[in-house]
Amino acid sequence: MRFMLLFSRQGKLRLQKWYVPLGDQEKRRLGRELVQTILGRKAKMCSFLEWRDLKVVYKRYASLYFCCAIEEQDNELITLEVIHRYVELLDKYFGSVCELDIIFNFEKAYFILDEFLLGGEAQETSKKSVLKAIEQADQLTSTCYQQASPRITSPTCYEHA
Amino acid sequence: MPAVSKGDGMRGLAVFISDIRNCKSKEAEIKRINKELANIRSKFKGDKALDGYSKKKYVCKLLFIFLLGHDIDFGHMEAVNLLSSNKYTEKQIGYLFISVLVNSNSELIRLINNAIKNDLSSRNPTFMCLALHCIANVGSREMAEAFAGEIPRILVAGDTMDSVKQSAALCLLRLYKASPDLVLMGEWTSRVVHLLNDQHMGVVTAAISLITCLSQKNPDEFKTCVSLAVSRLSRIVSSASTDLQDYTYYFVPAPWLSCKLLRLLQCYPPPEDGAVKGRLVECLETILNKAQEPPKSKKVQHSNAKNAILFEAISLIIHYDSEPNLLVRACNQLGQFLQHRETNLRYLALESMCTLASSEFSHEAVKTHIETVINALKTERDVSVRQRAADLLYAMCDRSNAKQIVAEMLSYLETADYSIREEMVLKVAILAEKYAVDYSWYVDTILNLIRIAGDYVSEEVWYRVIQIVINRDDVQGYAAKTVFEALQAPACHENMVKVGGYILGEFGNLIAGDPRSSPLVQFNLLHSKFHLCSVPTRALLLSAYIKFINLFPETKATIQEVLRSDSQIRNSDVELQQRAVEYLKLSSIASTDVLATVLEEMPPFPERESSILAKLKKKKGPGVVPVSELEDGKREGGELNGGGDRGPDSAMSASNASTPSPSADLLGLRSAAPVSAAAPSAGSLLVDVFSESGAALSPLLRLSEDLAPLCPRRDELLNKFVCKNNGVLFENQLLQIGIKSEYRQNLGRMYLFYGNKTSVQFASFSTTVSYPGELQSHILTPLPLNVQTKPVEPLVEGGAQVQQVLNIECITDFSEAPQLNIKFRYGGALQNITLKLPVTINKFFQPTEMAATDFFQRWKQLSQPQQEAQKIFKANHGMDTEVLKAKLLGLGTALLENVDPNPENYVCAGVVQTKSQQVGVLLRLEPNAQAQMYRLTLRSSKDTVSKRLCDLLAEQF
Repeated sequence: MRFMLLFSRQGKLRLQKWYVPLGDQEKRRLGRELVQTILGRKAKMCSFLEWRDLKVVYKRYASLYFCCAIEEQDNELITLEVIHRYVELLDKYFGSVCELDIIFNFEKAYFILDEFLLGGEAQETSKKSVLKAIEQADQLTSTCYQQASPRITSPTCYEHA
Repeated sequence: MPAVSKGDGMRGLAVFISDIRNCKSKEAEIKRINKELANIRSKFKGDKALDGYSKKKYVCKLLFIFLLGHDIDFGHMEAVNLLSSNKYTEKQIGYLFISVLVNSNSELIRLINNAIKNDLSSRNPTFMCLALHCIANVGSREMAEAFAGEIPRILVAGDTMDSVKQSAALCLLRLYKASPDLVLMGEWTSRVVHLLNDQHMGVVTAAISLITCLSQKNPDEFKTCVSLAVSRLSRIVSSASTDLQDYTYYFVPAPWLSCKLLRLLQCYPPPEDGAVKGRLVECLETILNKAQEPPKSKKVQHSNAKNAILFEAISLIIHYDSEPNLLVRACNQLGQFLQHRETNLRYLALESMCTLASSEFSHEAVKTHIETVINALKTERDVSVRQRAADLLYAMCDRSNAKQIVAEMLSYLETADYSIREEMVLKVAILAEKYAVDYSWYVDTILNLIRIAGDYVSEEVWYRVIQIVINRDDVQGYAAKTVFEALQAPACHENMVKVGGYILGEFGNLIAGDPRSSPLVQFNLLHSKFHLCSVPTRALLLSAYIKFINLFPETKATIQEVLRSDSQIRNSDVELQQRAVEYLKLSSIASTDVLATVLEEMPPFPERESSILAKLKKKKGPGVVPVSELEDGKREGGELNGGGDRGPDSAMSASNASTPSPSADLLGLRSAAPVSAAAPSAGSLLVDVFSESGAALSPLLRLSEDLAPLCPRRDELLNKFVCKNNGVLFENQLLQIGIKSEYRQNLGRMYLFYGNKTSVQFASFSTTVSYPGELQSHILTPLPLNVQTKPVEPLVEGGAQVQQVLNIECITDFSEAPQLNIKFRYGGALQNITLKLPVTINKFFQPTEMAATDFFQRWKQLSQPQQEAQKIFKANHGMDTEVLKAKLLGLGTALLENVDPNPENYVCAGVVQTKSQQVGVLLRLEPNAQAQMYRLTLRSSKDTVSKRLCDLLAEQF
């Protein structure tokens, strides 16, 4: 996988993970163009498209688009399920995840992704194992800080697709 | 699991994010961010040491600001400080910041690497994983230098925790991809392969990505992975859906790992070990069988995961391309998907079938789906799916369905999305050319293409149609007629005007007999488009006009009028102005003869790879048009002759390099007999062409066909050099032969220059000069010509030229020219060329000046019937005085002024010098301008000389 982007229906990037070395300018440009391309597509269209020299796989969950740019030899369908598994992980972790969870806890979204995918390849596909790793880390944390932040709730809650 | 329990919530960060979200405008957002940046800056610069929590919070805010799209140029040091914190979350945020805001400051890198080194050696698996994640996320060369030796050790160490192994494997993969030279193969590699057997599915899943990448680069070193992968796959495929617990995904056992195993096997040929292969085939069959079973769940995740494995298995089957049974099953399965209600599956089926179409085992099976695919092209609502359908039609096209497919693609083009039109145009053009059986269909198709999608027809496409029309004389008349009709449309595309201008300029004469397309009608039609066209097209049309003047003298006045108009001759565009001026001048001062030479029909284009194909390849990358496909096309024999990158317009100036063309029937009579009789090698080429014409073109035949156009021209070549001594004797796509010669008395010296036009060496290059009938002639009778030469070097490098000197002695008068035979190897194929050397009897003329009385006295002395040879013939070229004089002087005789009582006539005198005798020759040429006829009379003391000279000269005027 070359990169993964999460963005809202309004085109705001919520998460970006690059597995190829690119300059910041280039990343922004690519991100902007790809977001526009995908937002321009109608619902029910195919989840795959050729974009520049890349294969792009995307899926929309409620207000969020999850989009992966993959290599020529990568499998499109399994990439769709990579997206879905990541969504499941977020959902399980946050408990009915919504876009706001990802905005306010963006660092968690990155940590979960790093447990699941590393260097663009699946590192651990078991939901249990990934969550266990994250929870262990959280426990290490809880012992350090007792401070709590308010639970973020949001009206536009994530729904299962 | 409520978010509040996430423990390390940073209240300040949440407040800041809320603030940003509440900003009503971009300006307000920027203002809020700048305020925050100033705040953080002052905190970082402040004297008071910040505690870990504050540092983490501010670093996190900076990260958030950066991810919003703003530049961050500070905070790196604070992030690095966090790395050495012993609190996990602080460390974690530090690593995240460093991974996202990669910095190239070397001091910083040193500090980061130190922190990573500490964590890697901490033996705390959580810290180790964090450090490995950071390396994998950054993947820089500096990190590879620091850790490429350490990570393999961690990966294969017996006491490494599973989670660390997983991270280490993918971390190493990232480093290997970025800096393969820094990851050294070693003892660890064999142990890595055995991770495929690991108990822990997560370890196998991570390790296999690394193994696949390493296998691609070092297949031999990793080939033991094949049998391991097959047995692992076999265990997964045959397992029940609950066996693998959490690695079962929506009732599909280990879909990620299965896909990766199948992908790894695609790095290798089919297993040689029969048992392994049998097991693998069994797996593939099981996967295909499962596709037919009812789904275990209605969830799309279930079918996606299942089909992901199926498509990967089909990729492997196609990769092996050796199991006809599996290939056909795969094709049938994809055929079902073509009509599936899931757009995604239709898309993938179309894509996968494209590769299946190129396998000889499944090509026919793919073709049975043509109607479905055409339907997809017409009805799919998503352009990316239609694009796949168009690709598949292109891939499944062969001679049997080319007409149908091209017609469908053409009709699709009318409504096709702009984004794919150019590519569609290229594909239609290639298919039309590749599978053209009759060339009128080809011409129709390309003209349709221009009509429907003219804007997307690139230069390559219209150059190509012209190249093909020029090389195929059977289609020229049809092309002229069709293009003439197409131009009558009130709005026709500029590309049509270009093709029209070019073709009518070359072949307009073929339809000029019909009063509806008489020369003037043709011209007016073309000229009616002139003012709407761009400069390059206008330039092309001007060239067409001057060709018209040559083809149709009756249009001369009209066209000169056009050229003379201010809008042409004073055009502000330099190119147009120059063409107008030059063409006008050319048409007024050049004799029809010169004009005919300059504007002679274009010679055939040398055969090269289709420039369109090259363009499509460039557009789509090398993988799209497999070489085998090209070769298929050649085997099918449908491809056309000719084609190069040379634009037809630019080639116009080259036309004067070719030879004048006397009428074709004369040529036909003349060439076959002497050449085939005298030179068996050249003759056989001709015989090939004649005897097999109409049969399917075989590659062998094509070779001879390349040379064929030259054969009929050999006498023509001779004629070309009767009145001159220097020039290009021969040229094809491989070789050019230049000639320079000088004669004195009965001796001559000829320099031949052999130029290798290719970039490849000619091997075994040899030449021989012989005299026709040499072998049959009586050994005691000396040959009339004695030609001596030294052998040339046997190797002619690409682009090089070698010279050969021929010393010629004329023993007695002769009428046959000596022959030059050239043999060489080019890319393994033997080339054999036989030419006549332009040594004619007149070369040994000595001019003789004499007064009128002397001339007529000698004329009378040579009054015996056999001493005279006379011909009355029609002028082949113009009758311009200066040109005639130049030719007569070139002949080698003296041109005698004020001898003939009729000043229109020409008389010449000379002596042919041979070793055995001298032959005095008198010549009289009487032009009749009104009838465009000549009477040529030669008298000499030897009948054979009179006869030969008369024959030679009659071709010159």
